[in-house]
Amino acid sequence: MKKYTPYILLFVLIIFPLVVRNSYYQHLMILVLIWVVIGSGWNIIPGYTGQVSFGDAAFFGTGAYTAGLFASKLGMSAWWGMAFGGFAAMAIAFPFGWICFRLRGAYFALASLALNEVCRHVATVWESLTNGMVGILVMPTFVSKIPYYYVALSLAVFSIIFIQSVMKSRWGYYFLSIREDQDAAESLGIDTHYYKMISLNIAAFLTGITGSLFMNYMGFIDPEVVFSLHDISIMAILVGIVGGVGTIYGPVVGAFVMVAVHEFFRTGFLGFFKTLASVTGSDFVNTVAKYVSQAHVLGFGILVVLVILYLPNGIVGDWDKIIGIFTRFKRKGESS
Amino acid sequence: MILFKIENLVKYFGGLAAVNGVSFSVNRGEIFGLIGPNGSGKTTIFNLISNFHKPSGGKIIFKDKDITNLKTNKICRLGIGRTFQVVKPLGRLTVLDNVIASAFLRVHNKTEATKVALETLEFCNLIHRKDDLAKSLPIGERKRLEITRSMATNPDLLLLDETAAGLNPGELDEAIELIKKIRDRGVTIIIVEHIMKVIMTISDRIHAINFGQTIAEGTPEEVANDPAVIEAYLGEEYAHGK
Repeated sequence: MKKYTPYILLFVLIIFPLVVRNSYYQHLMILVLIWVVIGSGWNIIPGYTGQVSFGDAAFFGTGAYTAGLFASKLGMSAWWGMAFGGFAAMAIAFPFGWICFRLRGAYFALASLALNEVCRHVATVWESLTNGMVGILVMPTFVSKIPYYYVALSLAVFSIIFIQSVMKSRWGYYFLSIREDQDAAESLGIDTHYYKMISLNIAAFLTGITGSLFMNYMGFIDPEVVFSLHDISIMAILVGIVGGVGTIYGPVVGAFVMVAVHEFFRTGFLGFFKTLASVTGSDFVNTVAKYVSQAHVLGFGILVVLVILYLPNGIVGDWDKIIGIFTRFKRKGESS
Repeated sequence: MILFKIENLVKYFGGLAAVNGVSFSVNRGEIFGLIGPNGSGKTTIFNLISNFHKPSGGKIIFKDKDITNLKTNKICRLGIGRTFQVVKPLGRLTVLDNVIASAFLRVHNKTEATKVALETLEFCNLIHRKDDLAKSLPIGERKRLEITRSMATNPDLLLLDETAAGLNPGELDEAIELIKKIRDRGVTIIIVEHIMKVIMTISDRIHAINFGQTIAEGTPEEVANDPAVIEAYLGEEYAHGK
């Protein structure tokens, strides 16, 4: 059964937009698929190679801006970004990794956080190139969401198959060795600096392409959106942690959960607070409703605390534990 | 024929000379013992050889090539394998995956790497644990895993850092057997050990150091009877008084 789950999931995802015609749900599924790719990319660096990164937005934003600049500066289609966005992100990742992989543990994490902020500031200040805070607007190519959906789906499938095959190869073994013990890896003849660079560049490439897709799909970007620390970098980490760090399907599950939680807060508990406000007519409830819809970061925080306390390996990593809890409940119910 | 030598090796940690002008050379195919009381600088010498620490002075020569400032991974690539006194298993990988990861140094596809790994596990008598996680092994088998892993990189020179410490008598005999078997494969060995039973039975030559300096070198009997060595281990009155 477990063996067939990915194929069943893939089949469901392929027929999804043909069955569900509601464009709101199609939009949510596109976001999920985008987060599958970003989460899987992020997962390579801390999950497999053991180097915690807070800088995913730098690669995402670079990819998005590549697509945007193709349209705004060169007058070409923003889809060209899909071809070059990944490489542009690698152009950021390469010098960064070259210098900062000399740092270990928390120091590397801080450096990646700085990379995120540097990129955001550059995009904000360099107005002649990026339009600064005004952002870049691109006319969407398609009115329907279905083409975007299938592009996102193929990107997600590609990245999962790609990561899976990398992890079965020599690179994968080297990544895991570095995660488990960098000194031991080095003494076994593994050039740890070089292989950390490879893992970072794979992640940057996938994240960059996704950024370009995001630009094409949303049609508008500004530095606060695509270089956002909490909406991109932290969200990528949450997708990984909630789903299961260091597992292939962890980010897939994580993406579903996190987009759902994000949406749950954004709509004010699926409109619960708005209804409450209009029913009671009280100003207080109205204010609460307004703040709740912006409090998704708080919700993320609570979720992370719960996951780390009860499912430290994420939903996929601790799947047996979850099953165990449910079967125990069942058995208790039967015996009483 | 000399395979490996160090010349006048010096290492300062701040003002402390951990290794102070040690020189020795190791012939191809021999088991070379390195002994000394706690804190005399044995492990530091190993860390200098594999360049975890940069030497403050001196030269390290392997196969007539100066390897003093090469990176750790290059040194392994040239054919010097090492184990760690404080074992460093890749905990969340299986024993087999641990060995495959190191076998990838010489072969580039997974089928061959797996083959080499299985052979090496068989050779080192750890094959029965191949599917267990490395972190679940007891200390004796962890030390054996260290040896297996470095053997999978196909080294010409193997540095064993206290691989017998903490083993029970049965395991000790097995460890001695294994080290002899490795030597018979043509691998030269430098071994650091506190357990005299091990080092005295298997070493061809022994080099003794204390406070980072050479105090004796020779066959096991010569070194065991050397006054300077007895003094370092037991105190002055045993060396001269009787």
